[in-house]
Formats: sequence, C-alpha cells, structure tokens
Amino acid sequence: MLILTCPYCGVEADETELHAGGEAHITRETVGSSDEDFEDYLFQRQNPKGIHFERWRHVYGCGKWFHAARCTNTLEVFGTYSAQTTEPPKDIRDKISGKRPGWSWGIFS
Amino acid sequence: MKRYSAFAIAREAARYHTGWERAWRAPEPKKKYDAIIIGAGGHGLATAYHLGKNHGIKNVAIIEKGWLGGGNTGRNTTIIRSNYLQDPSAAIYEKARSLYETMSQDLNYNVMFSPRGVIMLAQTHHEVRGYQRTAHANALQGVQTEWIGPQRVKELCPIMCIDGPRYPVLGGLWQARGGTARHDAVAWGYARACSDMGMDVLQKCEVTAIRQENGKVVGVTTTKGDIDCDKLGIVVAGHSGVLAEMAGFRLPIESVALQALVSEPIKPCMDVVVMANTVHGYMSQSDKGEMVIGGGTDGYNNYTQRGSFHHIEETVRALIETFPMISRLKMLRQWGGIVDVTGDRSPILSKTPLENCFINCGWGTGGFKAIPGSGWGFAELMAKGYSPLTAEFGLDRFKEGRFIDESVAAGVAH
Ligand SMILES: Cc1cc2nc3c(=O)[nH]c(=O)nc-3n(C[C@H](O)[C@H](O)[C@H](O)COP(=O)(O)OP(=O)(O)OC[C@H]3O[C@@H](n4cnc5c(N)ncnc54)[C@H](O)[C@@H]3O)c2cc1C
Ligand SMILES: [Zn+2]
Repeated sequence: MLILTCPYCGVEADETELHAGGEAHITRETVGSSDEDFEDYLFQRQNPKGIHFERWRHVYGCGKWFHAARCTNTLEVFGTYSAQTTEPPKDIRDKISGKRPGWSWGIFS
Repeated sequence: MKRYSAFAIAREAARYHTGWERAWRAPEPKKKYDAIIIGAGGHGLATAYHLGKNHGIKNVAIIEKGWLGGGNTGRNTTIIRSNYLQDPSAAIYEKARSLYETMSQDLNYNVMFSPRGVIMLAQTHHEVRGYQRTAHANALQGVQTEWIGPQRVKELCPIMCIDGPRYPVLGGLWQARGGTARHDAVAWGYARACSDMGMDVLQKCEVTAIRQENGKVVGVTTTKGDIDCDKLGIVVAGHSGVLAEMAGFRLPIESVALQALVSEPIKPCMDVVVMANTVHGYMSQSDKGEMVIGGGTDGYNNYTQRGSFHHIEETVRALIETFPMISRLKMLRQWGGIVDVTGDRSPILSKTPLENCFINCGWGTGGFKAIPGSGWGFAELMAKGYSPLTAEFGLDRFKEGRFIDESVAAGVAH
C-alpha cells in the first residue's frame, strides 16, 4: 500500500484515501495556442521509468490536491509538496539527487 | 521444422520421445537485418510473422530483453472478442478474431482457441442503452453480436445471480464466437513459425539505445552489441515511453499496473466468459479448472509489474455479488503486468517522427485479442508504408482531435 503525507492536513494517508491525478507541472494551454501545444498539454506524457512528479488528491480527507515525487520503478516516495507551485521545491530535488545522481525529468533535474 | 501431428505423437511415443527438436533456434545476433522488431510479445512476434508470410521480408530479428511472451502476453486473462463500437476498431479486432479461428492450423501449433462465447453484462440502464447501441453498430460492421435478456444470460451462465442486490443483471451483449486462447502458446507458436522462416528470436537481449543518422533509424544498441537495420518496429507495450525516449519523441501514453488472479482448480462450472463492467470484474474458467479473474487498473504510473492489494479486493468483492458460489474459493496466484494506456483507449500503430521507425503500442488492458490482426496490419504498414487496417490509428490523431473513443467498449480492463 502506497502511503503519502498530505502536505495540507499532515495526515499520513493510505492510497485508498487518495486519488491519483497523473503528471504534475503541465502547462495549461489556452486560446491562441497551437495544435502541437494543445496536444502536449492534453495527451503527451513523460511516463518515465524512474522519477515522476505527480498530482494526488486527498479525496477522503481534506479534499485538496497536492504533488508528490515518486519513483515509478521502485515506488519509493521522495516527498510531497503543495500544488501551489510550478516546479518541485529544492529540498525535494536535493533529496532525489542524493539518492539518484544524474536523474532528469523533462525540464527539471 | 518437423510438423506437429497426431502421427508425430505416435512416432515419438514409440521411441520414448527422443526425436522432438527445439521449437525455435537460439541464434547469436547478425550484424544487420532488413527489419528489427523490439519486443517478443504477441504483437511483436505476429508482426514479424506477417512480414515474412505476407510480404516476403524474412531477414528479421525479434529482440527481447527477457524471455519471449514474458510481458503482458504471458500475463493476460486471454479474453478474445471484437464487439467494439467504432468502425476502425471493429475492423482490426474482427480481423484478429477471425485469424484466431485458424491460428492453430496456420501455425501448426495448438493455441487452444476456444470460441466459448463472451457476455458483457449490462447492470445499469445506461449500460443497457450502450450495449444495444454497440449491437446495432456491430450489425452494420459485420461483427456478429446480439443483445440478450436476463433469462438468456442465466441460461448461458447458471452460476450467476441475476437478481442483484445492488446491480441486477438487465441483459448483456453476447458474442458467441468470442472466447479465450492459451496465451503462451500464441507467443510460442509465432516464435516457432518465425524461426522456421529463418528469423532470429534474440532473447535476454535488451535494447538500450536507438541509433539514427540524418533523421533516419540505422540500428539499435543492445546488451549483445550494436545491430543495424533498415526498418525498426517498436512493440514493447508498457515500456513504449522508454523506447520512444530513446528514439527522441514522446507518446500520449501512461503505463500503469493491471492485475489478475486465479483460484484453485474446481470442476467445470462455467463455459462462457463473463465481463461485468459496472462493478469492474470479469471471470472465466480455464481448462485446468481455475477461475481466472481480472479487474481494473491501478490509478498511478507504475513499472513494477505488481499492483495494489485493494484493487484485487474490489474486484473479488464485486464478483462475489454476481457469482455468490465463488465466495469460498481459495485464490492460488496473483500477478501484474504494465499496460500502456492511451487517452482514447485505442492503440497506436503508426509511423513516427524518426524515419523508418514505426511503433505499435497503446493496446493497454485489451490487446491479447488483437494480436494476429495487429501483426497483419502493422507488418503491412512497415513493409508498404500504408495499411487500411492501421490507417486510423496513427499518432496524428491526438493532434487532430480524431479520436477513436473506446472508453465504453474497453470499460473494465480485459
Ligand atoms: C493482467 C492482465 C490481463 C489482461 N487481460 C487481457 C484480456 O483478457 N484480453 C486481452 O485482449 N488483453 C488483455 N490484456 C492486455 C494484453 O495482455 C496486452 O495488450 C498484450 O499482451 C500486449 O502485447 P504486446 O506484445 O504488445 O506486449 P508484451 O507482451 O508486454 O511484449 C512486449 C515485450 O517487449 C519487451 N521489451 C520491453 N522493453 C524492451 C527493451 N528495451 N528491449 C527489448 N525488449 C523489450 C518486454 O520484455 C516484453 O516481452 C491483459 C493485460 C494484463 C496485464
Ligand atoms: Zn489532506
């Protein structure tokens, strides 16, 4: 069972208390964007075998969306953080670098 | 290759089975092939088979990082049906289903295709309307399916409780020529036929890079060294994103775990396949007597080939309501596979931004049934640059908004 700590209410929540929301930090496109950008935004995914930044919702708790850094190959969780940010915070990136030197993910590394 | 036959069994019995030969060779890689297929699952092997059989391209290698059929092909619950809603899907799935009918003869390998019939249960009024619509669409597509009432469902599957309590059975979509086949045998039969045509099935050989020059693919780097090719087919299911990254493009795909489980063997009690999409579970009985059970996918990206326990619990809980007699069965084994899911729940059989590199993926939770049709179409696409079977399944459809929406037909994972 995957266990994530909700950064808002601090609860250590079991996977059954949460809803997975897919890749995080996707730029939302709008009126005037090109077809390619819309395709990227709506469909194209990193889907890495390794470090993944992703959205979760604490559905059966405080109800809020938050972000998690997790490895899709080992299920190791590197931390959770607020959804009110456009990139993973430095402490989480440092933690990942400590354990997985040389990791990369799209524009972040 | 010596043919398998009743005569061969008698001959070998008379000489203590000393004369059987290896089903396929275990060659070392050549320097170069006309075509390389990455992934020796059903789709990769069927593609190679039809490249040779239909297009005379026999200088082919199928490269597999593990053992052949060890991916989703050897992990699936083997439901075969073609009762999809959209025309392009009906065409490729029905082509596949019809090829399954003669596969054992075509490959001279018993794949145990058993057209025992598949019922998709309607347990809400919404599903009743949905499946009636599918039955009408199938009639126009030339796919034989039929809408049946609850009494007929009960006749076909007497162990089912059709009265609820939560979700009474209101009817079902019945495909009499749907069924199951032996998954490993499909992989093995194709591998044997490919090997017999002179193709190399290279097991325990992982592709680690895709080499290109001037926007064209020139070969792959593997754990057994560099191998060159004129054309490359990527057919790796859950690992499609990883290979696409090596080739330098992205895919509209997420990889998630899908699980299945089987019970202890019991006497024959069910001779059809039943799928219950509302409650998210499906079941059939194997020839060994095990009840084969599957459900929905896990929610999050995963490459571990195992899933979450609570998903199994949900699946079994749902099925017990419809099949009360299974409540005291012991479960023997449980496993997971990594499935490649697209936004419209339809596969991708396509050219890619890299010239002479093609990709066949996105079969997600339901590609076993499609193996021969997919191999037929994808081989044509690789050989000729166009196939009527795959034309609608290109990567462009996501940019153009031309989806082949099968989220209803694909419903539960199967
Ligand atoms: C639990 C479960 C139940 C299912 N039930 C059904 C069902 O009832 N009916 C149905 O129609 N479908 C079902 N499916 C879906 C079906 O199994 C798949 O769609 C289908 O088997 C995919 O076949 P494939 O050949 O594309 O992939 P796979 O069989 O997964 O083959 C891909 C191969 O590529 C290899 N590979 C990956 N990376 C590399 C690399 N770098 N180098 C070399 N080789 C590599 C892998 O090792 C693997 O063997 C189910 C799937 C699962 C997991
Ligand atoms: Zn919370």
